[in-house]
Amino acid sequence: MPTFLSVLLRGLLAGLVAGLIAGTFAYFAGEPRIDAAITIEEQATHSEPGTGEDHHEDELVSRNGQRAGLFLATGLFGVAMGGLLATAYVLLRRRLRTADDGRAALLLAGGALLGAVVVPFLKYPANPPAVGNPDTINQRTGSYLLLVVLGLVAVWAAALGYRAVRPDAPEWQRGAAAVGGFLLVTAVSYIVLPTFHEVPEDFPATLLWNFRLASLGTQVVLWTGIGLLFAALLTWSGGGRSGGGGRDRRQVADRLAGSADGPGETDEARNGVDAPVRP
Amino acid sequence: MSSSTPARTLAHPAISARLLWVALAVVAALSLLTYLVAFDQGAVSQSGMYLHELMHDGRHLLGVPCH
Repeated sequence: MPTFLSVLLRGLLAGLVAGLIAGTFAYFAGEPRIDAAITIEEQATHSEPGTGEDHHEDELVSRNGQRAGLFLATGLFGVAMGGLLATAYVLLRRRLRTADDGRAALLLAGGALLGAVVVPFLKYPANPPAVGNPDTINQRTGSYLLLVVLGLVAVWAAALGYRAVRPDAPEWQRGAAAVGGFLLVTAVSYIVLPTFHEVPEDFPATLLWNFRLASLGTQVVLWTGIGLLFAALLTWSGGGRSGGGGRDRRQVADRLAGSADGPGETDEARNGVDAPVRP
Repeated sequence: MSSSTPARTLAHPAISARLLWVALAVVAALSLLTYLVAFDQGAVSQSGMYLHELMHDGRHLLGVPCH
């Protein structure tokens, strides 16, 4: 499985580096907000001893330990996301009708950012410490994960909509069909899934807003970094395994798909032919 | 280009059942890693809440429901 392994390693590396960059962003943009929220949380806990069943209080890991753990978390999360993106790339490469590997990688990363981050975030935005009812954590986690999946389905629906319109139609019509497919799935998902109102009445609105911006920014940095680095690693070098310099950016596509993707070619036609059909 | 030979041999795994199984195993392993980083409350990692607490800031800033 040399091809899959080589693509996977590129994805894992891109994810690690992007995760550490995202961690750096989160450190400067998010940590001050977490500190402020923890201060509020501790005040609330101390004023209401009966509700003090909070795990920030048990000092299992110091605040400095948690600040270092931030980089561990974003780094490992980045590795996982980079690997998943690389796996999706290998499985879906033929279906992305572009001959350019880098463009295919960026399309997938952009789709992941939209479907797995932006769509869930707009209904279930990130919350700082001191916000959230521990009793509903299982429902919130389940709904969140379901919305991640549905967000990716919405992106898929956009691709289906785009392709449902004839290729010779004006581009705006194909774009409108894509938007329509995306909005249909997203709107139904938002309506069907439960809503949680758990922000305390007296929690500072500015702090909440700044924390959520920092959180969204962290994910945007992560996925932008994964996409750009993965695309760069795919196109930058073949690694010299099968020799030969002068590799162009279509090399991985050629190896994966067997031949350059023609714009009018169907998936079936491509899947059915392993050997190059064109010189 | 010398890509015709690799294309012939490496294109096949892209649609083979074996590649799908390997991809499934990779997805499972990476999902477990994601779970440990973002969702575990100590039950799977058997670390108590240590891993949860260590990566706590990351969970919040990655936007995952936490508590």
